[in-house]
Amino acid sequence: MQRALLAASFAALVCSVVGVFVVLRGMAFMGDAVAHSSLAGMSVAYFFGGSVFWGAFAWAVPASLAITYISRRANVRLDTAIGIIFASGFAVGIILMSQVSNYTADLFGLLFGNVLGVSWGEVALIGLVAGGVLLVISTLYKELLFTAYDATMSAASGIPVRFMQYLLPLLVGITTVASLKAVGIVLVLALLVTPAATATLLARRLPGIITFSIVVGLISTIAGLYLSFHADLPSGPSIVVVATALFLAALLFSPSKGVVWQAWRSSPLPQE
Amino acid sequence: MTTETTINTTKSTPALAVRDLWAGYDGKPVLEAINLNIDQGDIVGIIGPNGSGKSTLIKTILGLIKPLRGEVSILGREGSPERHLVGYTPQTELVDWDFPVTVADVALMGRYSRRGLFRRTTKEDREAADASLELVKMFDLRDRLIGELSGGQRRRVLLARAMAHNPKLLLLDEPMAGLDATAQHQLLDLLDELRSKGATVVLSTHDLSCVSSRCDKAACLNRRLIAFGKPSEVLNEQVLGDTFGTHLLMVHLDGQAYAYQHHTHTEGSGVIETNLPEGDSRPDGYSHD
Repeated sequence: MQRALLAASFAALVCSVVGVFVVLRGMAFMGDAVAHSSLAGMSVAYFFGGSVFWGAFAWAVPASLAITYISRRANVRLDTAIGIIFASGFAVGIILMSQVSNYTADLFGLLFGNVLGVSWGEVALIGLVAGGVLLVISTLYKELLFTAYDATMSAASGIPVRFMQYLLPLLVGITTVASLKAVGIVLVLALLVTPAATATLLARRLPGIITFSIVVGLISTIAGLYLSFHADLPSGPSIVVVATALFLAALLFSPSKGVVWQAWRSSPLPQE
Repeated sequence: MTTETTINTTKSTPALAVRDLWAGYDGKPVLEAINLNIDQGDIVGIIGPNGSGKSTLIKTILGLIKPLRGEVSILGREGSPERHLVGYTPQTELVDWDFPVTVADVALMGRYSRRGLFRRTTKEDREAADASLELVKMFDLRDRLIGELSGGQRRRVLLARAMAHNPKLLLLDEPMAGLDATAQHQLLDLLDELRSKGATVVLSTHDLSCVSSRCDKAACLNRRLIAFGKPSEVLNEQVLGDTFGTHLLMVHLDGQAYAYQHHTHTEGSGVIETNLPEGDSRPDGYSHD
């Protein structure tokens, strides 16, 4: 349980921060595609008895760079490039996994995560990768912010925009890999998007949004894990359900943007 | 003899010199053989129809597009423009106004070209950004999110960002588009003020009346530079016909030539753009609305 909590918290932390950029730049499905296509790398590693984590990592890095490259170069739209990478990696992964004897059980673990079975070595690895991503973001925060907001102007200011435009998808790809153990391929998207989306309902400026995103991500993860532990539910989906509940609560009751208060405010009040 | 060590500010040095410039996308030129000398302290309006290369010219001057041929020099400096000499505002449609940053955040971004990678912004940067906001009269709204601003306020925030590092040359891409007459005149008054502080302003626009009444020089562009000079000398029927082609309808009334431009990019069509000076230049003789 301790290991699971640590691993899932590291994943939630990095997902919540990266997720803010993902939500603002509309990159949600890019992250999803990288996660799905990493199944190919994971199953290659699995097939040959290597580390599933590094298998996913080794696949995610070129996959996220390829999505950016294809969409920039070959006159292919970003969503098209995402679709190609998404499906091809997933297909290769399923083919390889089908050659393994206990196909279904293992595939299930990869798709939906198995955080309760995480080892200390994996915890350290997830922490290391998450820490690396957060370090890059904190050193290049100013540039990431400016490029995400206004690429033309930041290029005019001498910021290496092309580098940034490759860097952000790469960070997203690495982040999904760090989170696969916690929530699995299929649900990574939720950890990436839901806390950040919740935070945009609660805070106005970017620093506040990032803070709220982290808080929501960590609460979802810890509460979700306890829920799964005590009610004997699968851990990944439990985390996602808690995160979604928090999102709905914010959507309804956020002081500034909540649906309920807005309806309250716009309702005609009796004039004095 | 005094020698300026940082910037050659001799009055005779053009703020911007463009020599035999060819530029475009994917090796296909949009701009052909542009030659242009802009004096320091001038406000220059670039006019031309959509697709005439106004934005391409601005981006090439900024160094965002590499020229296919020819060169650009800013205050006598050739090659890649030195970032701190140039301020730029993009077309507002290209800016993400839903992005969760405040007016003060955006102004501070104007200082990033002075900071290298990895460097954090300093107190000096924040003070310069605030001063820039004061200049465009947006300081009181510094904590507003940019999404909460009006069209004119958005323009002024972008201008504050462009001014935050005290550039000598301001390049404004369509600063007038979408503004009502009042906001346009406020912006133009602000540009006059910036000019009086020593800045040179180059702006692109569809609005002939603003160029004829408020700019020192007009540059008529349609992939080539059709004409460049004082609005009263340049904005004649011949030049405008060559610049706008069939997009422009000329009407003569009481000895004045009126130009009607068909707007394809804004609501409505057949908008009256200007009355043109024929012989006598009339600096402010046309009501907007």
